[in-house]
Amino acid sequence: MNQVIEKARSGGAAQLNTDELKNIVDGMLEEAKSKGASSAEAGLSIETGLSVTVRLGEVETVEHNRDRSFGLTVYFGKRKGSASTTDFSQQAVTNTVQAACDIARYTEEDEYAGLADKDHLAMSYPDLDLNHLWDLGTDDAINIARQCEDSALTADKRINNSEGGYVTTHQDYRIYANSLGFSGDYFSTRHSTGCTVIASESERMERDYWYSISRCPEQLDAPEHIGKMAAKRVLQRLGAKHTRTQRVPVVFQAEVARGLLGHLVRAVSGGAQYRRSSFLLDKLGETIFPERIRIDERPHIKQAIGSAPFDSEGVVNTEHDIVTDGVLRSYVLDSYAARRLGTQTTGNAGGVHNLFIQHDDKDLASLLKEMGTGILVTEVMGQGVNIVTGDYSRGGTGFWIENGEIQYPIEEFTLAGNLTDMYKNLALVGNDVDTRSSLCTGSWLINEMMIASS
Amino acid sequence: MTDNHLKIATQNLLMPADLDESILSKVIHSMMGHDIDYADVYLQSSRHESWVMEDSLVKEGQYNIEQGVGVRAVSGEKTGFAYSDEIILPALTSAADAARAIARQGQAGSMRSWDKRTVPALYTEDDPLSVLSADQKIQLLRAVDDEARKQDPAVKQVIASIAGVHEVVLVAANDGTLCADVRPLVRMNVSVIAERDGRREQGSAGGGGRLMYDFFLEEERALGYAREAVRQALVNLDAKDAPAGAMPVVLGPGWPGVLLHEAVGHGLEGDFNRKGSSVFSGRIGEQVASKHCTVIDDGSIAERRGSLSIDDEGTPTQKNILIENGILKNYMQDKQNARLMNLPATGNGRRESYAHIPMPRMTNTYLANGDYDPQEIIKSVDKGLYAVNFGGGQVDITSGKFVFSASEAYMIEKGKITYPVKGATLIGNGPESMNLVSMVGNDMSLDTGVGVCGKEGQSVPVGVGQPTLLVDRLTVGGTSE
Repeated sequence: MNQVIEKARSGGAAQLNTDELKNIVDGMLEEAKSKGASSAEAGLSIETGLSVTVRLGEVETVEHNRDRSFGLTVYFGKRKGSASTTDFSQQAVTNTVQAACDIARYTEEDEYAGLADKDHLAMSYPDLDLNHLWDLGTDDAINIARQCEDSALTADKRINNSEGGYVTTHQDYRIYANSLGFSGDYFSTRHSTGCTVIASESERMERDYWYSISRCPEQLDAPEHIGKMAAKRVLQRLGAKHTRTQRVPVVFQAEVARGLLGHLVRAVSGGAQYRRSSFLLDKLGETIFPERIRIDERPHIKQAIGSAPFDSEGVVNTEHDIVTDGVLRSYVLDSYAARRLGTQTTGNAGGVHNLFIQHDDKDLASLLKEMGTGILVTEVMGQGVNIVTGDYSRGGTGFWIENGEIQYPIEEFTLAGNLTDMYKNLALVGNDVDTRSSLCTGSWLINEMMIASS
Repeated sequence: MTDNHLKIATQNLLMPADLDESILSKVIHSMMGHDIDYADVYLQSSRHESWVMEDSLVKEGQYNIEQGVGVRAVSGEKTGFAYSDEIILPALTSAADAARAIARQGQAGSMRSWDKRTVPALYTEDDPLSVLSADQKIQLLRAVDDEARKQDPAVKQVIASIAGVHEVVLVAANDGTLCADVRPLVRMNVSVIAERDGRREQGSAGGGGRLMYDFFLEEERALGYAREAVRQALVNLDAKDAPAGAMPVVLGPGWPGVLLHEAVGHGLEGDFNRKGSSVFSGRIGEQVASKHCTVIDDGSIAERRGSLSIDDEGTPTQKNILIENGILKNYMQDKQNARLMNLPATGNGRRESYAHIPMPRMTNTYLANGDYDPQEIIKSVDKGLYAVNFGGGQVDITSGKFVFSASEAYMIEKGKITYPVKGATLIGNGPESMNLVSMVGNDMSLDTGVGVCGKEGQSVPVGVGQPTLLVDRLTVGGTSE
């Protein structure tokens, strides 16, 4: 029913005058120097894109995105100040530099403060093939979103409502430069399609979703597949029962297991270590997982969603192990945290890029067989994760498993334990690896957790 | 008064770009094709600063300037939206062209003449960032750091922060809305790590509102946050494992009102109810909570964090009774959903910034006082949980399942509070749990001004509140049987 509305402007960033933007960044570093800063670093990002949502077959929103931001940190010796703006005019740039310098007059000397060491900077860096524009008109986007939703809505008559299907396409351009002479920039794209639908039975409603995300539009899952997955997931939830309070083994499905890997990253990050606010405090060299477990970071995988050619302070990021043979081998550090802990940066300013946990040669069904009786968790809710103590208590949704087979859906229960024990009790990692984020893992079988329900 | 706000907004947002009211009128008029029901332009500029003390040193200071314009055209259930971080006419025109493309082109529709209503301001228009000098802000952080550290030798880490925002917004719409708001917002936070016998626990406290920084100096509020953060951490050092299973739960006053926010608040937002995706959809006039429950969302309380003189669509905020004595009365609406449901807008149309689409959001959501003395409520419980502090919560509005995570809780045994237990997540189903509220105290209080609500990727400041109350049965996600 919709006419061609207009050509999406998602290609806009390709026409950016990158030389001009680099000049703004260089000018800012110069200006900081002229105001007496002993060193400075600046970052600029421009993101352009298009998002459309379709609900029950009708267009709901068409959103054109264009976000710019520009930030600067100045150092006067060991004192630091930061400022940012979305306004790229000469006047705003000057004001922003001034604001950062003003702040640095008031902050106090921090002996660990400063830029990354020059030796660590990525003076040359790889092209990771992250930039794949999607030549997508608004009308095409609407059609894809509609196909996603339609494929779910037509799958079963119990699926009778929807929160809609969507398509988003974004291109990001980033520059990072500092006064040690580092200047790096790159384009990247990110495209996603998905839908969320609602199914009803006996006056009770459930909703569920599915999505696909990629750097390359042609690698996205077919809209029909996305709709079918959302339909399958929401139908499985209907008729959920309560379970009882008990200790049982638990399988965390891959999307949920990702969170458990995320808690590990937070606990071994430099900030949590030097603030003594980690349940894995000072555990370097100690066994924290069963012996088979290896976790490593691969920041330079071509086209991967978590890849980056250098970290957010311009440092070389390389493949390295976090855990081998179950032993914690490395923290996740930027230069500041590394100096405080008396060691070297691991190239993780801004976070981790493509973390993988080695999987066993077993799919999800085999994990359930291995578990026998217990719970398969497909969704967790709430913020009940305490990184200081490792205490874990979250709401869950999933399935009751007996003889390795799904018996019925269960809801309104909590899963509780301590992450220290949960990591040690990690019995198996599935080969159903979910690579839709920077944390890549298959499903996890954990030997025992406390389940509460009414 | 908004007269003055409009003057300030005109000077800040329009004049530097050589824009004026008649140009805004033309831009909006240009969007009014025959399929367009509504079009608006939202201009915003904001200045934000934060200072952080850690290791007893002021290590970080940040200053951010943000400005831009968002343009929206609405046609039935469809919304076209575009924005620009440049407030200049060409950007405005091109955003308007992009937004109006949502509807088929047609003849020009109507644009009403400006209706510049005068709305009483709920907070000062002063700039909080300039009330204290940088030195005074640092002194304040230092005093807080000292106060926390001298409470107990177990205190090993203190992070104290102060942040302020000063924001000017102007909304113009085809329905004649032309109004502005000048919004201050301040916030302080203290978090501590206490360590004893190899065990570490954290505590945190803070507050703020649409106020000036001197609020933190009055009545030793800032020092109070330091003491409170340490108290919580020390309580947690002695905490035993929390119980697992369904049991009576007494929730303390104030911030535990996050219960209302999750169990009913989100489910009563107009968009979900128009779409029929909420467990509360189509249930106006029905009993959705016990008769002890009267739930209110009120964006018009002076100087509160969740308050707004006008919402982000220019509608004055008001006190909305959502549930009265257990009966569902009203949903919270923005203009689009109100129009589609043929109901009045309720002053709940909010957006994170010019770069986000408005939608129905909560402001300050709370449960009205009941008759019980809080002590009576605790005494009535034979065995249960008393939870007084929470992290945050989450809800699935379709199934009604909600969780919220206690960060300070105690066991109640034979009507007495006996010992502290570790944090645990509580889980329930909105309408079911609200029907199990059997006693409501007379000690209603709002939280100290720390809430942030997230919905569809947009964050906005909110308030919550409640008196002490008893839920007969909630599932407590501890580890001990």
